[in-house]
Amino acid sequence: MSEAKRPPLPRRALLWAPLGLAAAGGLGFWAMLRGMRDGSYDPRGVPSALIGKPAPRVVLPAVEGTELPGFAPDALASPGGPVLVNFWASWCVPCVVEHPQLMALHRRGVRILGVNYKDKAPDAARFLTRYGNPFQALVADSEGRVGIEYGLYGVPETYLLDGGGIVRWRWAGPMTPDTLSAELEPLLRRHA
Amino acid sequence: MRALLLAMVLASLLASGLALAVGRPSEMLPDPAAEARAQEIGRELRCMVCQNQSIEDSEADLARDLRRLVRERVAAGESNDAVREYVHARYGDFVLLRPPFNWVTAPLWAIPILVLAGGALTLVLMRRRTAGRIGPAPLTEAERARLAAALEEDP
Repeated sequence: MSEAKRPPLPRRALLWAPLGLAAAGGLGFWAMLRGMRDGSYDPRGVPSALIGKPAPRVVLPAVEGTELPGFAPDALASPGGPVLVNFWASWCVPCVVEHPQLMALHRRGVRILGVNYKDKAPDAARFLTRYGNPFQALVADSEGRVGIEYGLYGVPETYLLDGGGIVRWRWAGPMTPDTLSAELEPLLRRHA
Repeated sequence: MRALLLAMVLASLLASGLALAVGRPSEMLPDPAAEARAQEIGRELRCMVCQNQSIEDSEADLARDLRRLVRERVAAGESNDAVREYVHARYGDFVLLRPPFNWVTAPLWAIPILVLAGGALTLVLMRRRTAGRIGPAPLTEAERARLAAALEEDP
């Protein structure tokens, strides 16, 4: 009989449930705000669907006025060593930010194949004269079709292919000096 | 006055709705059935640049390119699934506004089931607890002895 007189504890604890719910909601919101601040919700961070797959073929014309060759037919199928495919455009401001990093890689002997995305040949040529040319070969994707083949978000965007032409890494947005030291260098060493 | 205001709000909503729809005639396929199919596919593909819009709703360059690509493939007679798969293979799961079921998205799909199961479990446990409490507690040794004594006294 005495057992029934004791206040039902779980019921009383239930009174705290709304408060707990509000606290949990607040915590979730705070986590979301934090995530937004350090960019972990940036969809550009979503890994490319092409990682581990052969790089899509690129059949595009060379860019006139740059005196750079286009891509050889099997340039991406079996490059024989790590190679970067860099999508860029002269109208793209982040590409200007990224350019010194491309030049640094080029000086170190890293092969970079350029895809000039939705650009005009004279503008592209002027850009390279002004900022320097890091590319071994350059093609024009004036319709953005090859961009779609690569699952491109926008420019600049960079893909690392290994010697067998398999996509190993994608960087959407401008590569910074930090990107090179923290992400790209170890991969270049691994796939060398 | 209030009615006028309401009418104005409704009209502006309607106008913005119309402005959002990608009804640019030059983009559309001449065959209405094919165009309808292209729109159906496009509404399920995310515009990767604007994220929470489908490529049919977006005016971003990339969305326009993808719309054109979808229409070309539809016009070439590809099935809806084939066109979707073409884009999916290049842009990954994130491009599908309706996420597919695989081991990465499994937790996402499992959440409603888990919540339901949790609720059911709580209900069952609460039931069991109250059911245990309904019957009177069994007699203690002392009570049983007193009862026996009382019954013996009676006749």
